[in-house]
Order: sequence, then C-alpha cells, then structure tokens
Amino acid sequence: MSTVTYREAMRQAIRDALIRDDRVFLMGEDVGRYGGCYAVSLGLLEEFGPERVRDTPLSESAFVGAGIGAALGGMRPIVEIMTVNFSLLALDQIVNNAATLLYMSGGQFNVPLVIRMTTGAGRQLAAQHSHSLEGWYAHVPGLRALAPATLEDARGMLWPALEDPDPVLIFEHGGLYNTEGELADDAGPVDITTAAIRRPGDDVTIVAYGGTLRTALSAAEALAADGVSAEVVDLRSLRPLDTATIVESVARTHRAVVVDEGWRTGSLSAEVSARIVEEVFYDLDAPVARVCSAEVPMPYAKHLEDAALPQVADVVAAVGKLRA
Amino acid sequence: MTKEAPGRVADVGAVADRTLENDHAVHLLRQMLRIRRFEERCVELYSRSAIRGFLHLGIGEEACATGVMEALLPDDAVVATYREHGHVLARGISMRATMAELEGKVEGCSRGRGGSMHLFDSATRFYGGNAIVGGGLPLAVGLALADKLQGHTHVTACFFGDGAVAEGEFHESMNLAALWHLPVLFCCENNLYAMGTALELTESETDLSLKAASYRMPSWKVDGMDVIAVEDAARHAVEGVRSGGGPHFLELRTYRFRAHSMYDSDRYRDKAEIEGWKHRDPIPALAERLTASGVLADGDLGRLEAEVGAEVDDAVAFADAGTDETVEDLERFVTSEPVERRPPR
Repeated sequence: MSTVTYREAMRQAIRDALIRDDRVFLMGEDVGRYGGCYAVSLGLLEEFGPERVRDTPLSESAFVGAGIGAALGGMRPIVEIMTVNFSLLALDQIVNNAATLLYMSGGQFNVPLVIRMTTGAGRQLAAQHSHSLEGWYAHVPGLRALAPATLEDARGMLWPALEDPDPVLIFEHGGLYNTEGELADDAGPVDITTAAIRRPGDDVTIVAYGGTLRTALSAAEALAADGVSAEVVDLRSLRPLDTATIVESVARTHRAVVVDEGWRTGSLSAEVSARIVEEVFYDLDAPVARVCSAEVPMPYAKHLEDAALPQVADVVAAVGKLRA
Repeated sequence: MTKEAPGRVADVGAVADRTLENDHAVHLLRQMLRIRRFEERCVELYSRSAIRGFLHLGIGEEACATGVMEALLPDDAVVATYREHGHVLARGISMRATMAELEGKVEGCSRGRGGSMHLFDSATRFYGGNAIVGGGLPLAVGLALADKLQGHTHVTACFFGDGAVAEGEFHESMNLAALWHLPVLFCCENNLYAMGTALELTESETDLSLKAASYRMPSWKVDGMDVIAVEDAARHAVEGVRSGGGPHFLELRTYRFRAHSMYDSDRYRDKAEIEGWKHRDPIPALAERLTASGVLADGDLGRLEAEVGAEVDDAVAFADAGTDETVEDLERFVTSEPVERRPPR
C-alpha cells in the first residue's frame, strides 16, 4: 500500500495506459508543459514526449473533434477538458458526433475515445467553473459517463474506459484531487458497469456519486451516532445507471435519499428517483427525498457557495424527515 | 485557378490546355452524369414519397466531388457534408447502396439509419455525411492526426460549404491542422449561399481562400465548374499534402442549380443569376469539349446516357426491393456489439 492523492491515482492511470498501449495519447489544454490545470499530467510530457502528451490551442470543439477523428482512425485518445463548463464549447462534437456516429453509420464507425473533465463546486470558482453538468451527458444515448469517487476508481476506471469501443466521459470532481488515502501498489482496472455499496446499512439508502459520496458517507457516520443505519450507494456509472443495485438496496431499507450536486430540475437525482419509484414503489415507507444544489448559478462568496451545495447536515435532515 | 497567399503558392500551371487521356476524360464525364441523373431521379422519388426527410441536391456542383476524388487513393479518408450524394458516388460507393439508404432500407450504406444526410462507408473510408455545418472539420483533423501518428501517408479530404467558414469549428480546425502540420485537404465548395443567405451577407471577407491562407497553408481558388481544373488542382494539392507539405485548401467556386433542399422555394436568388450559372454547367461543358476534339463521336454521348440511365434504374429497383430493418433492431448500434468490433482502421 502507498499513500497517494486522487490526482496521483489518476496520473498513475494515464501513465499506465500510455505504457500499455502505443495507440493511447493525451491531448488537451495545458496538459504538457503546464502539467495539467489540476496537475494531473505533471511529468508525463517529460516521460512520453510531445507526440503523446499534446498541448492544444484553446479550441475545445476542434481538439475534442480531433479526438473523435483520431479514434476513428485507429488511435485511443484521452482528451482532457479543463472543466465541464468548458466542455459546452465541444458539445456539438460530443453529442452530434461521438454519440451518434456508430448509430448513424449503421454500426460501421465506433468511436473509442475517452474524455476526462473536472466537474463540481466547492472551491469558490463561481458560475463558469463550478457546475455539475454530467447529468446532461448522462441523458445522451451512445455515451458512457463515469464518476470516480474513490482512489481505486480514479486509478482503475481509465483503462476499461479505453478498452470500451465507444466514447466514455470521465467526470472528476475538482474537490477530490487533493484527497489522500491508501492505494494498493498493484491497484488496476476496475469494473465500470456497476454501482457500489460503500457502506452497508438497514434503515435508509443514500445514493450519491462523485463529489457527493464524501457528503453521503459523512452523513451516514453522523446518523450512526444517532442509531440510524444508513446504506450508501455510489453510482460510479452515471450512464448506463446500475438500476439493479439501487433498487435492491432501497427494497431492503425502504427509504431513499438521493444526493446530487447538480440542480434538482431535470437532474440525475430526478432520474434515480424515478427509477426507484418505477421499480420498488411498493417497498417504500416514505417518499423519495432529494438533496441537490440550490437552483442558482454557483456564487463566489464562501458562505453563499456553501449554502448552495448539498451539505452533510442537509442529508442528515432529509433522512430525519423520512423517518419522522 | 489563380494564386492566393502571395509567395506561398506553387505555380500549378495552366489547366485549360492540359491533354488528358481520352478515356479518362470520358470517365470524368460519366461520373458527373451518374451523379446528375442519380439526383434527378431522387427528385422523382421524393415526389412519390419513396425518399423523405431533408434532401439536399448538388446539381450543378458535380465537378467538385468528381475532380477531387480522382486525386485520392483507396486508403485516403473522406469527410463530407449533408450534400454528399456526389461525393459518395464519385468515391466508389455503389449507387445501389446509396439509393437504398435514401429509401431507408437496411441494404443502404448506413442500414437506413442515416438517410440522405448521413451516408457512410467503411470500405472506402467515407466518414459521412455530417449535417452540422462545420462539424466534420474537426473529425478530418483527427483522422489526419491518427494517420500521422501511425506513420501512414494517407490524405484526409474534408468537404464543406462556404457556410461553414463562418463557424468557429472552421477556424479552430484550420489552426490545428496547420499548427500540427497534418495531412488534410480542405475542400470548400463555395456555392455562394449558406442555405438562403448570400456570402456577402455573412462574411466580412468574401475571399475565402484568403482566410485559409491566413493559417499559413497553401490555398488556391479553383473553377469548380470545370472538372479538369478541379482534378488538376486536387492532384497538385494532394501531392503537396501527401509529401508532407501539411494541410492544403481548395476553394472550389461552384453553384447549385436547384434550391437548398426540397423545402426551399428559392426566393433569395435572382433567376438571371441562376440562368447565368447554368450556362456554365460542367457536364455539357465537358461533353462539348470532348465532342469538339473528336473524343466523343456521334452517338457516344447517347450511349453514355443510356448506360448511366440503366445504372440508375437498377439502383432504384434494388432500393425498391430492399427490406426494412426489423424494429427489434431499433437499439442496435447505440453502442458496439462484440461481433461488430473491428480492428483499427
């Protein structure tokens, strides 16, 4: 075991992929000489050279589209976009090309592309660097969307994503990069199709993903002190959703709280709630509850940002209401 | 063809007097006729509802696709737009598979999933059929990047219209291709209208080859109504790209004789302007040249027309007899199936 940060785990994953497969290359803004805007790719340019760690112009649409083209042409690109907010500049390429080419071509052209991007708030970066728009991408058939919330997943999701013949988006919550923990020295690929129960419990299911997993686990800890046994489900894959794991848990606990840093309206939390209601409505002892971000563009001031984001106390309170 | 970007463009020579092998010139004529008669039949099929959706015809623009495709090799890649019937046929995709696609049949080149705007063919590396204006350019850049990284000497030909030049993706892609010195041949089919809006109403600089030249790539204006001029320019440009000269840009000056799509009543163009361009129709222009020089004898053109007509008849019969994909397969190809995985291209 070694002590590593989430950032280092992700770097190990990229480095491993670059070593394992000559077709893999990393491309994005400031991934080379700068070392990555969140320092994920620090040192990789020096090790692998500028052909395989490519700094791009500030042209999200062109370099994401070039990633799609390179994937069509036999490569296995990893494209880094600085934040999900910036990915909107490449939305055309992701939604109109990456997600559609296999289908439109009648199965002839698959797009084995991985796009990584930072998501989420909590660092006082205000309304153009903080949103959680992964739910939009999870809406689109033809895309796979992943949210690594743990060191094992930061280390292990990239390789299976690269092995996937179709486009995969990986959403890395910006608040996780500095989190530190123990990671096995032989940590490697993980399954990318299932949700995981991160903490078993009997009284309520808290569903979370990415940055909100910490919130959910802290809430479960606080609830345990009050004698409430909360199960925490980490979605891991946002599309396709592992509905079976979610509803199996809720069928046992009979209560569900969905925590989502996205806005409530039209969100992933809405999708998860709907699936619970569709599948295990008669097992519920209380309505499904949601804890989401306030419906505001993310504010800068610390106290306002905190007020806008799902907090541990909000989750604890939501569970309390379900049990009242 | 005139020079652009002073000092950066090689002299590609006079094209009008170039002597072509006779059978090659006839081949060019045949290709243009195939495209023309195919699309004319599409209009009839649209009228009887065998073809639906948007149908964009390139009648008048046949010399562009025909001339450029002649300069490409089988392993080169092509990215095109939603007005791509001509590109598909000139690239060598069968008329049968193309017509079947337009009729939405599973025998179509995209299994009926794409229709007129989304024609694909892996065998000829034909990557669509992109109906987002400008959306194909980044793909072409990436295909060229893949070829360069893998040490291939393939060329990616990327077709788009004058409308695409106003898109950010055009400028981003020009820059990236030139910056990374990638083997892309950009072919701008300038038909003077972005759907219904004239070039001078959308561009502050209407000399499009100048825009490309500003990205430091060789950039030529070409008479897109002269198939021999197009082929000649394309051969020079492809040679430049393939030999490591980085991206090249051709502005093919052309005109569509018909409306933007079947839904367009063509209110924005002057009838005299359209008639003026029809006098420059690339097909009679070449036919008359070949007749005057004795390459085509009496009856040859008629025989050519009959052969092309028979091919179109056969394609329509094939499409009409085609099958509808089973609805049970609606969700196939949203994601790859193991059996559909192919080795890297």
